[in-house]
Amino acid sequence: MGRAVGTSVRRMDGDDKVTGAAKYVDDLSFPDMLFGATIRSTISCGEIVNTHIGLPPEFVVADHRDIPGANHVALIDPDQPCLAEGPIRHYAEPVLLVAHADRRALFGVEARIRFDYRERTPNYDPERSDTCFKQIAIDKGDLARGFGDADTVIEGEYRTGHQEQLYIEPNGVIAVPGDGQITVYGSLQCPYYVHKALVVVTGLAPARVRVVQAETGGGFGGKEEYPSMLACHAAILAIKSGRPVKMIYDRVEDLLATTKRHPSVVRHRTGVTRDGRMTAMDIDVVMDGGGYATLSAVVLSRGVIHAAGPYRCDHLRIRGRAMMTNTPPNGAFRGFGAPQTQFAIEAHIDRMAGALGLDPLRLREINALRPGDTTATGQTLGKDASALPVLREAVKRSGYKQKRRAWQGTNRGIGLSLFFHGSGFTGAGEVKLASKASLELTATGARILVASTEIGQGTRTMLAQIVADAMALPYSSIEVHAADTDAVPDSGPTVASRTCMIVGKLLERCARDLRRKLGKLTPAEYFTRHGAVVVTAQYEPPPGQVWDDQRYAGDAYGSYAWGCNVVELEVDPVTFEITPTHVTAVAEIGRAIHPVMAEGQIQGGTAQGIGYALLEEVVMRDGRMANAQLTNYIIPTPMDAPLIDVAMIERPYAHGPFGAKGVGEMPIDGPAPAVVNALRHCGFDVRAIPATPERLMAGKLKVEELAVESFS
Amino acid sequence: MPAGASALSLARPRTLKAALALLAEDPELMPIAGCTDVFVGLHFGTSGQRRFIDLWGLDELRGIALVRPEPSEAPVLRIGALATYTDIIASALVRRRLPMLVAAAREIGGAQIQNRGTLGGNVANASPAGDTLPVLAAANARIVLRSAGAERRVAMGEYYTGYRTSVRQAHELITAVEIPPVAGRQWWRKVGTRKAQAISKIMMAGVRGPVVRIAIGSVAPTVVVADKTARCLSAGGTLAEAQALLGDEITPIDDVRSTREYRHQVAQNLLAQFWRETE
Repeated sequence: MGRAVGTSVRRMDGDDKVTGAAKYVDDLSFPDMLFGATIRSTISCGEIVNTHIGLPPEFVVADHRDIPGANHVALIDPDQPCLAEGPIRHYAEPVLLVAHADRRALFGVEARIRFDYRERTPNYDPERSDTCFKQIAIDKGDLARGFGDADTVIEGEYRTGHQEQLYIEPNGVIAVPGDGQITVYGSLQCPYYVHKALVVVTGLAPARVRVVQAETGGGFGGKEEYPSMLACHAAILAIKSGRPVKMIYDRVEDLLATTKRHPSVVRHRTGVTRDGRMTAMDIDVVMDGGGYATLSAVVLSRGVIHAAGPYRCDHLRIRGRAMMTNTPPNGAFRGFGAPQTQFAIEAHIDRMAGALGLDPLRLREINALRPGDTTATGQTLGKDASALPVLREAVKRSGYKQKRRAWQGTNRGIGLSLFFHGSGFTGAGEVKLASKASLELTATGARILVASTEIGQGTRTMLAQIVADAMALPYSSIEVHAADTDAVPDSGPTVASRTCMIVGKLLERCARDLRRKLGKLTPAEYFTRHGAVVVTAQYEPPPGQVWDDQRYAGDAYGSYAWGCNVVELEVDPVTFEITPTHVTAVAEIGRAIHPVMAEGQIQGGTAQGIGYALLEEVVMRDGRMANAQLTNYIIPTPMDAPLIDVAMIERPYAHGPFGAKGVGEMPIDGPAPAVVNALRHCGFDVRAIPATPERLMAGKLKVEELAVESFS
Repeated sequence: MPAGASALSLARPRTLKAALALLAEDPELMPIAGCTDVFVGLHFGTSGQRRFIDLWGLDELRGIALVRPEPSEAPVLRIGALATYTDIIASALVRRRLPMLVAAAREIGGAQIQNRGTLGGNVANASPAGDTLPVLAAANARIVLRSAGAERRVAMGEYYTGYRTSVRQAHELITAVEIPPVAGRQWWRKVGTRKAQAISKIMMAGVRGPVVRIAIGSVAPTVVVADKTARCLSAGGTLAEAQALLGDEITPIDDVRSTREYRHQVAQNLLAQFWRETE
């Protein structure tokens, strides 16, 4: 059929969002609703010994003793309290909750509550931390032999900073109590994560807890785990007061208290032959987890698996650890560990090329993964392994070779990055999730029942396109049910570039199943005779996919999307300001279900990656974000974003819906290293991002110095 | 946490005379106009001000014209305190007489800020990062202050007394800025944290004429008029000598936007660029 898939149909949520009819959580209201606020720690390490509350009785105040169930935010480890009981591990840790019927009464309320602390010396350096959340080791081949085969060994250390997701709508929820039950509406990515956390904190049976996603103004991973915390807070106040409670963060609170991208330190030692073949890779990855474990273990996992980049190397050792520091917990953010480690390898490749006297493009061509090659975890790649096709297309489209020669020795630079990104949960993750999706026949077509959320990226539209074509029905006949845990099955979290490839595939199976049931009947005819019918599909791994979690070896992902960025920029010699002038972004994503939205993901991810590379710096002072305002946390405006030329290559993946793989995260893996490599082309040695003018000023090196120093 | 709106009070006089009378009675009132910084302070809870007097409706403070304050004096460019950045950008008179002010106005905030923010507000706010202040200082502007009983003019170089403090008395209003004719080529450059909607990390205004004038922002508690540097260049000193003097005339700090080292280095680089481009 192919009527909807591959065409840029009208967005299902577009009209409501453009006209203002869409209801975000702060647009919702319930009778007798209170407004809640969070009182947070003002130290980074120590404990609370006394609490002084100077509030009149019309305020509802709750602390950890008001938690009916267990006091932790259920995610991976139960280490993070929902409300601190005494010990404090980071600034802005939630301690007390306050609610009042008048929202304005809460302004300045924190000044009327005081804690006496016993302070301890905080640690902000992940490399000096004595608490490790997670360690991962990947070994392949014989490292000593690999270094023995090398002509030279090249080392390097690369650093990345925090990054804020900066969804436009801050975090917010409303908890509505009922008779022995609770319903939470919120701006969130993962209704069933919130559901699980609420069951633990409220002590209610799962059937008595309901989570409904409100229209959500962006997530980027920042609403993967944090809404679980906020939903529990609102629920505690709602249960205590017996009234609905709305909690909406303002931008400052959202920036100060919620998760960011993990800062990282990555060290490479690479054995390479004179002609540019990598024979051994020894990689050490350290990530700063912040005060509690949250998702650090899995962020680290994706980080280390992508740490060798899209390159073949028979002998390899990767060691990774996520460490505790006394800062607010870091968490999920588009890319999920891979942008950090692929920044390191891609910057390292250009330094190696300089040391070997090779063009960085040539070094990539020699070592890029090809179909049939194995990755760091020993996964044998299928025919859709597209490192060389994306590299060649990007080089051709951008005129890389000619510009590289012409701009040598000027203040213009051009740099390249090659990258890949696994779609779906890592290793056995999808098998453990065992996601389900359902499709319900309606009188006019079908209704999609999934917990996968629309957060601006186009989930509803894209899933409806897949169902429409698999059922041979018009796109306009497909509806999508709200992400409401009382009504939809757990199709897993809306993360990990999995919604299209995994959930889309489940729905494709449902749609084909339902189509078989209909036989020659139209939905209306079938509905009239048999009434509503619901079909459900559950995840099954593609045949032959094997993962060994003990050895960290095997098929880490069902498939990978592949990308190549070429960044062109200019450095102002007076101010060291960097102006990216053009980006070529080539992506191989299997199949673009909705070409305009897929390109939008690539455009947006690339712009966000440019911000990560050049502008976005979380200034931490004493464990506290010192620039927690949009005035001083600098993201790119349209005037800062270069022209981005996107080219999509489609090499269908056999187990994705209509051949599709994931696209959401990969675009942010490539811009930062391509920027830094373009700066190297201009004669600047930058190994830490953001590459601010201040950092660039300090990193100006002559190119000949670089070559000598690289062999240290 | 934002300040609760119910805790605020606002007076709205219809004439300048009424405004000055209100201020004479109650010097605690904070004059406001475009509010582009006031709202930020209230929202972040960093402003202790609770009582305001809104000048926005006082059209008599809005004009841009050539005037002769003294019959013997050459005409000066008089910009009313309530002239917005958009008014300044649109004014052919300002473009002709003081193009560096137009250049500065174009780079302030975004279109919305330029529509609301006023020249008088930028002066009154007294931020070391105020973008128009180096321009006014380099142009030898005078700030016109009026109270119920009197009017006085203060040279820009003498207007600020320290970080966010000035000679303006609580019962005085800034009514206008007067800029005498500027002899020589004008030069302006802002170095912000990004290409729009950015607070300045450093900015420099320069005039290259018979007398060289240089003023720099965001490198000290107040705008710096780099007199020694300018005199050195006026007297035919080398650029290197001038750059060394400039290094002593500024006292930049590390903050969330930039570093002391960067501001030092870039101030000297900007001086070189100014000198090169105005030859």
